[in-house]
Amino acid sequence: MSDTQQNAAGPGPGAADVEELLPEAKSYSANQIVLRRFLRHRGAIVAMVVMAAVIVVSFTSIGIGSIPGWWDKDIATAYDKIGDGGPTWEHPFGQDTIGKDYFALTMRGTQISLYIAFGVGIISTLIGTLIGAIAGYFRGIVDSLLMRLTDVVIIIPLLAIAAVLGRMTEGSLNLLILALGALVWTSLARLVRGEVLSLRERDFVMAARAVGTSPGRIIVRHILPNTVGVITVSATLTIATAILLETGLSFLGFGVQKPDVSLGSLISEYQGAFLTRPWLFWWPGLMILAIALSVNFIGDGLRDAFDPRQTSTKE
Amino acid sequence: MTTLDISTSGATETSGDAVLSFEGLSVTFKTQFGEVDAVKGIDLDVRPGEVVALVGESGSGKSVTSTTALGLLPGNARISGTVRVGGKVVGSLDKAGLRKLRGNDVAMVFQEPMTALNPVLTIGDQLTEGLQLHGIAYGKEAEARAAELLRMVGIPEPERRLKQYPHELSGGQRQRVVIAMAISCDPTVIIADEPTTALDVTVQAEILDLLRSLTEKLDTAILLITHNMGVVADMADRVAVMLKGDLVETGTVDQVLNHPRHEYTKRLLAAVPHLGEGPGQFGDVARPAEPVAGEVSALDLRNLVIEYHRIGRPAFRAVDDVTFHVDPGEIVGLVGESGSGKSTIAKCALGLIPAKSGSVSILGQDFRTTRGKRLKELRKRIGVVFQDPAASLNPRFPIGDVISEPLVVHQVGDARSRREKVMELLDAVELPPAVYNRYPHELSGGQRQRVSIARALTLEPELLVADEPTSALDVSVQASVLKMFTSLQERYRFACLFVSHDLAVIDLLAHRVVVMQNGEIVEQGPREDVLRDPREDYTKRLLAAAPVPEPGEQRRRREARHALLTSLGEESAELHL
Repeated sequence: MSDTQQNAAGPGPGAADVEELLPEAKSYSANQIVLRRFLRHRGAIVAMVVMAAVIVVSFTSIGIGSIPGWWDKDIATAYDKIGDGGPTWEHPFGQDTIGKDYFALTMRGTQISLYIAFGVGIISTLIGTLIGAIAGYFRGIVDSLLMRLTDVVIIIPLLAIAAVLGRMTEGSLNLLILALGALVWTSLARLVRGEVLSLRERDFVMAARAVGTSPGRIIVRHILPNTVGVITVSATLTIATAILLETGLSFLGFGVQKPDVSLGSLISEYQGAFLTRPWLFWWPGLMILAIALSVNFIGDGLRDAFDPRQTSTKE
Repeated sequence: MTTLDISTSGATETSGDAVLSFEGLSVTFKTQFGEVDAVKGIDLDVRPGEVVALVGESGSGKSVTSTTALGLLPGNARISGTVRVGGKVVGSLDKAGLRKLRGNDVAMVFQEPMTALNPVLTIGDQLTEGLQLHGIAYGKEAEARAAELLRMVGIPEPERRLKQYPHELSGGQRQRVVIAMAISCDPTVIIADEPTTALDVTVQAEILDLLRSLTEKLDTAILLITHNMGVVADMADRVAVMLKGDLVETGTVDQVLNHPRHEYTKRLLAAVPHLGEGPGQFGDVARPAEPVAGEVSALDLRNLVIEYHRIGRPAFRAVDDVTFHVDPGEIVGLVGESGSGKSTIAKCALGLIPAKSGSVSILGQDFRTTRGKRLKELRKRIGVVFQDPAASLNPRFPIGDVISEPLVVHQVGDARSRREKVMELLDAVELPPAVYNRYPHELSGGQRQRVSIARALTLEPELLVADEPTSALDVSVQASVLKMFTSLQERYRFACLFVSHDLAVIDLLAHRVVVMQNGEIVEQGPREDVLRDPREDYTKRLLAAAPVPEPGEQRRRREARHALLTSLGEESAELHL
C-alpha cells in the first residue's frame, strides 16, 4: 500500500530534461529497507529477545558437553528430595520423581530440541531450495518429475514415516535430523518453484540468457538472491514445525532416546505425573510454547519485512 | 508558486459556473520515510463541455489531484484546500454523500480497461450495477438502458455484448465499456486518467474521437490526465502543466502548446519527437550513423515462422513468413501495434525462443544450427535492451555488477580492467561514476535505462536488439535517452533492430522501417518512403492516427484521418444518441 503512494507521490524522474543526478535524500539498499521494516515489527522484536534469552540461558546454564556452565547441578545426579520435589530456591524448576534437578533437565532438553529444530530447518531449506529452483527453472519433464516426487513425500502421513525413520536412526541425533529434514522440505520446494517460475520470465533473466549466461549461474546469481525473502520466511516456519514434530516423535517414543532428553521426551516421560507433580509437565511445555511462538513471530516479522504488500499500515 | 495564468481572454471565468474546481489544493502523504508533498496548493477550474488537460510527467501529482475529486485518496493522505464538484464541497461530504457523488456528479475513466473491469462479472452486470445503485433504473429497464449505453459508445450488437465477459472484448471495446459505465449516470464531469495510454495508436484515435463527441453532445466536462502532448493537442480546450506538485502554467491549448511561457513547458515540448521531422530533432549530434552496406548482414531473417504452443488447441502463429535483414551499422525500426509479433521477432533474434521454420542468421551464422561454445561466442556479439528498466535489472545487483556481468560470463579481462570498462561505459551513457555502488531501485527510470544500455554495450556487440527501450520513460527522459542512443550508435557503429510502437521515435532513428500487422509484414523500405509516402492502407492508417503536439496541425490531421476512414469505407467513432 505504502509503495503505490510513493510511486504516485515520491519525486519522479526528471525536472524537464535535467534528470536529477542521484537522489539527494538518504537512500536505502533493499536489505536496509527490509531491516527497517523488521525492526518496526514489535511482535518480532519481542520474539527475538525471548528466543535469544532461551538460547543463551539453555546453553550457558548447564554448559555444552564437557564445558561446564554456571548452574551447579547436572542432569544425571539424583539429589536429596526437598519436600515433594516442587520448585524451591535450591531447585527452581523442582525435582523429578527420583530427585534429579529439573532445571538442568529442562535446559538440556531445550538444547537438544533447538539443535534438532535448527538442523532440520537448514537441511530442509537446502533440499527445498535446490529442488524448487531446478524444477522452476528447467520446467518441462524435470519439473514434472521433481514435483511428483514432492507430491509423494507430501501424501505420506508425516508422523507415521517420521516414526519409522526415527526408529531406524537408533538414537543418533544427527541421523534423526537428516531423516526429519528429508521430510519437511516440500512446502518450501513448492514456494521456491512458484517464485522461480515467475522470476525466470523477468527481463533481467532474459537479458542474462541473451548474453549467454549458463543456467547454473543464472539460478545461483540472478534468481535465488531474489527469492531470499520466501526462503528465509519459510525456513523460520520450518524450524517451528520441526520443534513440534520432534516433540511429537519424542512423546511417542520414537525421537530422542534415553539417556538423552528433549523437551518432548521430558513431557512423555512424566505424563503420568501430571496431576501429582504438574511442574514436570509445565516447564518443558512452556519452553516449547515459548520457542514455537517466538519462531512463528519472527517468521511473521520477516514475511512482512520482505513483502510490503502484506503489511497493513494502519496509522 | 510560479503559475503563469495567461488565460485572461474569457469573460465568463468565474468559479461559479465551474463543474469541477480545485482551490488551493494541497495533498501530503505520510510515508515511512517522512512526509511527501504530492500537490502543493493548486487552483484549477473545469467548465461544462470543456476538456481541460492536466499534463505532467510521472510523480508530478496529476493523478493525485484528480483523485481528490472522487474522495478516493488513501488514509495516509492529508488534504487541504477546497475541491468542488457541481457545487458540492467534496471534503465536507460523509461516506453516503461521497458514494452519491461518485458516478452521479463525477465519473472516472481509467488507464487500463482490463483491470478497470471485473473479469468474473459480465459486461451487463457491471453496467447495470451503477444504474441500480444510483436508482436510475432497475431490472429489465436497467438492462435496456445498459444496451442503449453500449450502442451509444459504438459497440456493435449491444444485447449480445451484455452477456459477455471483459476478456471476450478487444482493448478498444473494453475502454468503450468503461466509458459507457462512466456516462451511465450522466455525470457533469468525467475524469479520464491516461485513458488511451494502454491502447494502440489507431484505437487511441477512436477513443479520443468518442470522448470528444461526449463533450459536444452531452456537454460533459472532461478533466483529461495525460503525459502525451499529441493527445493534448487533439483533445484539450485548456491545458494545465504540473511540475512536482505545482501548476506552472495554464492557458488555452494554443497558448500553451504553441507559445509556452514557462521554461519547463518549453523544455517538455522540445523533448517530444515530431512525426514527420525525421532525425536531428534534438540537435545535430543526434543523427544516426550511415550504415555500411555490402558485408554480411548483422541479422538476416528468411521466411521466419514462430508459433506458440497451446494446450488442447492448435498452435498460435505469432509470426508468419517474415523476411527482412539488418545491415551492419544500420538501424531498422520494427513498427506495429500490440499483437503484431514484433517483440516475438526480437526475442527470436536473441535466440530466446525457437523458430518453427525459416532461418535466423546472425552475423552470417545460423542460430538454429549453432550450439555450445560457438553459440556462446555468437551471443557475445549481440546486445539487448528491454522495455521496462525496472524489470530488466537484477534488483539485488549493484550497478557496477550489472554492467560487468557480461564480462564475467564471457571471462573477459580481470577485476581491474572490468572496472575500467564499466567506468568508461558509465561515462558513455552519461551517468556519474558514483552510481557504481548504487542499487537499481535508487535510480530513476531514465537512469536505469541508461544502465541497461550500458550493459548491452559492455561486450561491444555488432548487433543490438532494442525492444521498446523508451516507451516506459517520461518524454523528457526519452528525449535524452534517444539522443544518447544515437551518439552511442555513431561511436560504436552497431547494427540495431529497434522495436517500437511509436512512429515518431522510429522516424527519429531508423534507416529503414518494417511495418507489421498480425504477424505479417505489411510494408518495408527506407524510412523516407514508408513514413512519408506509404503504399499500404494499414501504414496510412497508422500514420494518420499518430497525434502530433500542435493543435492546428493535429486538427488537420484528424480531418484527414476521417477522410481516409471514409474513403476506406469505415466510419469514425462518435457518440450515438
